[in-house]
Amino acid sequence: MLNINTEKNGNELTFKLSGRLDTVTAPELEAPVRNDLADVTSLTFDLAELEYISSAGLRVLLLAQKTMNKQGKMVVKNVSEEINEIFEVTGFSDILTVE
Amino acid sequence: MSELRISATKENLNDVLMFIDNELEKLDCSMKIQMQIDLSIEEIFINIASYAYYPETGDVFINFESENDGSTVLISFTDNGVPYDPLEKDDPDITLTSEERQVGGLGIFLVKKNMDEVNYKYENGNNILTLKKKIR
Repeated sequence: MLNINTEKNGNELTFKLSGRLDTVTAPELEAPVRNDLADVTSLTFDLAELEYISSAGLRVLLLAQKTMNKQGKMVVKNVSEEINEIFEVTGFSDILTVE
Repeated sequence: MSELRISATKENLNDVLMFIDNELEKLDCSMKIQMQIDLSIEEIFINIASYAYYPETGDVFINFESENDGSTVLISFTDNGVPYDPLEKDDPDITLTSEERQVGGLGIFLVKKNMDEVNYKYENGNNILTLKKKIR
């Protein structure tokens, strides 16, 4: 199960994720990433309560990063040790801005 | 040793992970290793669900066993779909920038990185993929 808490403040958008970002739930995040970033210049993913991420979830983060490369900045924060290790193994630590 | 026979469809991913997590909890597996195993299970199961029987569906047989007093787990997936060795796929170049990176193609790479051994064989009309992981 995945819960997405969205906070929008002008051109700043934050997605707070809790639960699991896997093959089954990744489409729930892919939809707003594809549709709701039009006027966003600062995108934040808060992963404090994210328990699990699989390659399907990484795909969506990369998609968001590619979009934000063109129109602003993207930050990923509150990453757990387990998820950070996945980022490192996949080279995502170099692609994403992890705070 | 425990076994699960289940229809290889994406909707069944949670049932597969529950089966695996239940076994891992019996062995007092750490959360970190459980996540690495779940991740690998998901990639393999979704691969089978997506390609093995396409456009139809079929079953996958998952076998879980531990050895060396529960310090190592062996998980195998058997399906009788089209012969396919996922390990033949080239690893993605993880040094590329986000612009150059392909969206996708990370699944099997993550499995190889997170497991101690991954083996594939095609035998008697079955794809058999085995994962081995030391859990302590």
